[in-house]
Amino acid sequence: MGREISVTVNGTTHTSEVEPRLLLVEYIRDVLNLTGTHVGCDTSNCGACTISLNGAAVKSCTLFAVQADGGEVTTIEGLASNGDLHPLQEGFWEMHGLQCGFCTPGMIMSANDLLQKNPNPSEAEIRHGLAGNFCRCTGYHNIVKAVQYAADKMSS
Amino acid sequence: MAAAKFDYHAPSSVEEALNLLSGNDDAKILAGGHSLIPMMKTGLAAPGTLIDLGKVGGLSYVNESDGGLAIGAMTTYQELATSDAVASNAAVLGEAAASVADPQVRNMGTIGGSLAHADPAGDLPAVAVALNAELVVTSGNGERVISADDFFVDLFTTALEPDEILTEVRIPALGSNTGAAYAKMANKASHYAIVGVAAVVSVDDSGNCTSARIGVTGAGASASRATESESRLAGSSLDDAAIFSAAGHAADGIELNEDIHASAEYREHLTKVFALRAIRSAVERASS
Repeated sequence: MGREISVTVNGTTHTSEVEPRLLLVEYIRDVLNLTGTHVGCDTSNCGACTISLNGAAVKSCTLFAVQADGGEVTTIEGLASNGDLHPLQEGFWEMHGLQCGFCTPGMIMSANDLLQKNPNPSEAEIRHGLAGNFCRCTGYHNIVKAVQYAADKMSS
Repeated sequence: MAAAKFDYHAPSSVEEALNLLSGNDDAKILAGGHSLIPMMKTGLAAPGTLIDLGKVGGLSYVNESDGGLAIGAMTTYQELATSDAVASNAAVLGEAAASVADPQVRNMGTIGGSLAHADPAGDLPAVAVALNAELVVTSGNGERVISADDFFVDLFTTALEPDEILTEVRIPALGSNTGAAYAKMANKASHYAIVGVAAVVSVDDSGNCTSARIGVTGAGASASRATESESRLAGSSLDDAAIFSAAGHAADGIELNEDIHASAEYREHLTKVFALRAIRSAVERASS
């Protein structure tokens, strides 16, 4: 039985009929074709599917799309504005914060949540704030530097 | 992984949710879903109906009342971890909430969901037991209050009746000269408690223990009190020997879990070690 939902994703409101068991990440990737959000573990551990829902970072593999009805979603595609990279995206570029890149969208969405709550985090706070995201290349060191780069840029 | 098919409802009031729940034995409440949805995706749970409390207003709050707290069931871990009212009245609850999983999970998971789900490795059940929390549950017949002691019955099993919804958690005032702490051995990947111990210790002006409550999670099928540890602490001088002796009995009476994370023997050891840490830290806070 389909259910009509209306979700604003990166500023555009989409109305769709979905099965209740459709995951939010499947809705984002397969219905809206926004494939920047990745599915890694599909068990709410790795954080590759992290998006922002109503201003908070969440794992979109662990929500049903129907739960986002009426909500505001931001995905990695919604961060850059007018072709200019978001400071976090620029930080990952400048500080070599990615190797294979698979975890990067989730890392950036989690880091964005962290910087909104804590604009000037210490290295320990960055590591703690990214505890829900795995990098299987183990490139954590430069990921931390990338977040520091963004924090500096956003506060200057 | 796809969950089995289900009907989904997003009521806007508790009354509407209760009507949907009434007479539907195959319904589950969705209160954040960060335990239930993984179970549905892996086929461990397949409710025919999900009643999502996410759109019910007025279930997310932390109010100070009579020196204690009244907390709405849909209050998230993140809200608990950052609430000034929690920090000043029952800081241990905020600390335990901050130790749950990771930021994304804490943004979705709720206190009511955690307690009602009664995962044997959940953090908040141990804290609720140690804090002598009262759980307010609502049904078509009105409200009733269940003490945390009586709430956790067995593995994923609580005293909730099928037609009841946990709506509020009340934390009584801790009183003066009382300290509380939570210590756990966290699974490195999930941060679930392999074993977690919450301790609440009260002292008199001379530093002797007047009462203690210890809640244990992860060790057995459900959160429970370490009553032998409590009675060894009460009346003691809380010197190293007394604390060590009390912590040594923290696993008494628990039928210990055994799984890929820890053997029963190791869990028994962890229960004693983390009881020791939680009690020491609670005593320090009670005396300061």
